[in-house]
Amino acid sequence: MRELGIILTMAAVTALLRFLPFIVFRKYTPPYIKYLGRVLPPALIGMLVIYCFKDVRFSTAPHGLPELISALCIVGLQVWKRSSLVSILGGTAIYMLLVQVVF
Amino acid sequence: MKKQVIRLAFKTSIPVLAGYIVLGMGFGLLLHNAGYGPGWALLMSVIIYAGTMQYVGVGLLAGAASILTTALTTLMVQARHLFYSISLIEKYKGMGKYKPYMIFGITDETYSLMSDPYIPVDKKDEPLYRFLVTLFNHCYWITGCVLGNLLGEVLPFSTDGLEFSMTALFVASFTEQWITMRDHVPALTGFVSTLVCLLVFGPERFLIPALLLMTLILTLLRRREEAQA
Repeated sequence: MRELGIILTMAAVTALLRFLPFIVFRKYTPPYIKYLGRVLPPALIGMLVIYCFKDVRFSTAPHGLPELISALCIVGLQVWKRSSLVSILGGTAIYMLLVQVVF
Repeated sequence: MKKQVIRLAFKTSIPVLAGYIVLGMGFGLLLHNAGYGPGWALLMSVIIYAGTMQYVGVGLLAGAASILTTALTTLMVQARHLFYSISLIEKYKGMGKYKPYMIFGITDETYSLMSDPYIPVDKKDEPLYRFLVTLFNHCYWITGCVLGNLLGEVLPFSTDGLEFSMTALFVASFTEQWITMRDHVPALTGFVSTLVCLLVFGPERFLIPALLLMTLILTLLRRREEAQA
């Protein structure tokens, strides 16, 4: 029962956070919120990129090199091919090769 | 017609497939080691459906956390969802019967796909398309969580590094939005604010300061924009 309580609480609070903005602004979206809706996506994706690197240790070997090299390859592939699928599969394959074989 | 939408939605969701199976399996295994079977993995992945939170949740379960601690921890870990939802209010208008599930199904990864200004289908098929992408991602996550819990330690091949596909998804989305958008100030604001907060607050508690800082900067920039106009 205690477990069920913990799990239901996590589910309820997470759902609340997801639904709250939609409920509060269901009739009218103020210009300020519309503005945030326009500028937040690139800012949040930028945040997620940093978030993925939070546990990478740059001070000890291999100094985050597998992550940095792979990330640069993904940027390059995306600029070149403009296909997220190609960039993601390519970048992940390069990273797996680097951590399993090279470093 | 419908088939085409299903195909395109599946194609959009493929980048999440590998990542969710691997991260889900990681969670399933962790839950297995904490003494909880596949039923618990299924329940959590279906009704919570949030990667980081479920990992944190294993700790809460194992440590017999109180309901209040659980609620506050969830609030802190998941605060970014407020921001995802705020930025999807306009995009999710007119989604009809699919809308509640689509809101429930917003995750870091689904958000990254949904915030893409480009949609590969006609306007009339957009609700179904967005619904299916959300549903497919949810299915991958559930599959991964349950599979990891069932398999325990036995894995057929080395998946070391496969979890990088999530990083890859965000880096590719960031690059694509950078190419598409003329104004790079929001992207830089989010990137730099988070980097600064990571360095100042450390890897455990930088997300909320980062969210507040970037919102503050973007708000100040709007005032300036208006003053100039």
